[in-house]
Amino acid sequence: MTVAAKHQALDVTTAQAPLGAYDPQKIRANFPILYQQVNGKPLVYLDNAATTQKPRAVIDAITRYYEADNANIHRGVHYLSQHATQRYENSRETVRRFLNAAEPSEIVFVRGATEGINLIAQTLGRTRVRAGDEVLITAMEHHSNIVPWQILCEEKGAMLRVAPINDAGELILDEFARLLGPRTKIVAVPHVSNALGTINPLRQMVELAHRHNAVVVVDGAQAVPHLAVDVRALDCDFYVFSGHKLYGPTGIGVLYGKSALLNAMPPYQGGGDMILSVTFEKTTYNKIPHKFEAGTPDVSGVIGLAAAINYVNELGLDRIEAHERDLLRQATESLSTIPGIRLIGTAKEKASVLSFVMDGIHPHDIGTILDQEGIAIRTGHHCAQPVMERFGIPATARASFAFYNTREEVNALVKGIDRVREVFA
Amino acid sequence: MPDLRELYQDVILEHSKAPRNYRELGAANRRAEGFNPLCGDRYTVYVDLDGDAIRDIAFQGSGCAISKASASLMTQSVKGKTQAEVEELFGEFHKIVTGEAPASNGKVPAVGKLSVFAGVSAYPVRVKCATLAWHTLRAALAGEHESVSTE
Repeated sequence: MTVAAKHQALDVTTAQAPLGAYDPQKIRANFPILYQQVNGKPLVYLDNAATTQKPRAVIDAITRYYEADNANIHRGVHYLSQHATQRYENSRETVRRFLNAAEPSEIVFVRGATEGINLIAQTLGRTRVRAGDEVLITAMEHHSNIVPWQILCEEKGAMLRVAPINDAGELILDEFARLLGPRTKIVAVPHVSNALGTINPLRQMVELAHRHNAVVVVDGAQAVPHLAVDVRALDCDFYVFSGHKLYGPTGIGVLYGKSALLNAMPPYQGGGDMILSVTFEKTTYNKIPHKFEAGTPDVSGVIGLAAAINYVNELGLDRIEAHERDLLRQATESLSTIPGIRLIGTAKEKASVLSFVMDGIHPHDIGTILDQEGIAIRTGHHCAQPVMERFGIPATARASFAFYNTREEVNALVKGIDRVREVFA
Repeated sequence: MPDLRELYQDVILEHSKAPRNYRELGAANRRAEGFNPLCGDRYTVYVDLDGDAIRDIAFQGSGCAISKASASLMTQSVKGKTQAEVEELFGEFHKIVTGEAPASNGKVPAVGKLSVFAGVSAYPVRVKCATLAWHTLRAALAGEHESVSTE
């Protein structure tokens, strides 16, 4: 058997069986980590907005890459290098299709959404934003969509403007529109809020921003796991997300950018792979996307990410959305009936994120007591301190649901909260 | 599996609900802010230092039951103490919450009520909650005006 044929055979044997009707139990069987006890109780993992668990298909793809395919890419004449390069570039095509980008060259691999935003701020931002200009963000940002712009504004003498949100955690669109103007050079907004779950009316926001010729950067970290994204329909200029929140590995993420913008941008980091020719006098940069991928990239991460996307595609984002909406509805209804609970983030359009506070009980204590019941939630400010400030609270407890969560796990959460109330009674 | 009641002892719950010396101290000549960036816990500790001794102490802020009860019990246990005595007490307290010393260690009798925090040692991530107010007090006594952080 040739090596190539062996690869093919391996691919076939580890392919997912068709999933048929939506059955969370069957889906859970693909996630080895979910079958464990924590503090003597079955693990109930409800911290998916922080990071998601990985299906066997992703774990196997990474293992298989190191067992059979590993070589440095874009630089070898030998078989393995060419093969690894092909798999890496095929993965780029998988991401392109996932976002419906026009060209694979518009997909740049980065470490995560954070690096994607920093890349844009430090390249496009530094050439586009001048003293007196403005960058517009929203009051629901994760710190990763605040700090890179603050650094840029400070350097350039530009101003960071913040579009407000209402008590439900929804963007006030009129205020957003009012803050746009001729000085607005960049608009950086989340597709879905990590702390509140709010889904923003992105298409409208992009259209408003484009009327003022602002470039629109979208933080999609919390959106891609929950809803189908079409960057061409949205017409956003940039879209970033992290692989690990999409059932892929940590340390890999995606920056989508319109090719005209990416072409015009200076490089982010210098090094190997991002050049065409180097002399001590002058370096000619490589074409996009390679111009932005200096050094040996995270090849196994990219292959793992493509496996994750394939897995999600096979399940179908429409079915994922429907199941998660069902869990969110069940959890929202159940928690609303518990005395002393206040939900933070009650937008009409929401992803499966449920932030809440309890009268007289700090989120940390909620988190510790739930952990004793085997239930993993996030507690704290969720890297969104201005959101906490907006609601006048130091922190929240946050349960976030994925497609492998079940109605029984929502019941376990409700029971766990009863236990919290017992301890603090 | 550790028993939750070992962590959330009645004394701790009671102090977290009704913290003692919870106010701004007008006469304070030392103050510091303590901050746990990971969870957003934030306390200000006010000290009225008379020479080397703590004449009065108070605190304000927000955080979990463990951090608030610890701040409350701390203010009770250090009133009237010298800086050196506070250091010694903190050393013993730290050993108790990290599990390095049994709570019944009788060498430093002043530990007294602070031994209720022995349950914290079973929850390593909560040690910083229990020690936040103490770090803040030490910063205030050292005359550091910068805020302290447990990270």
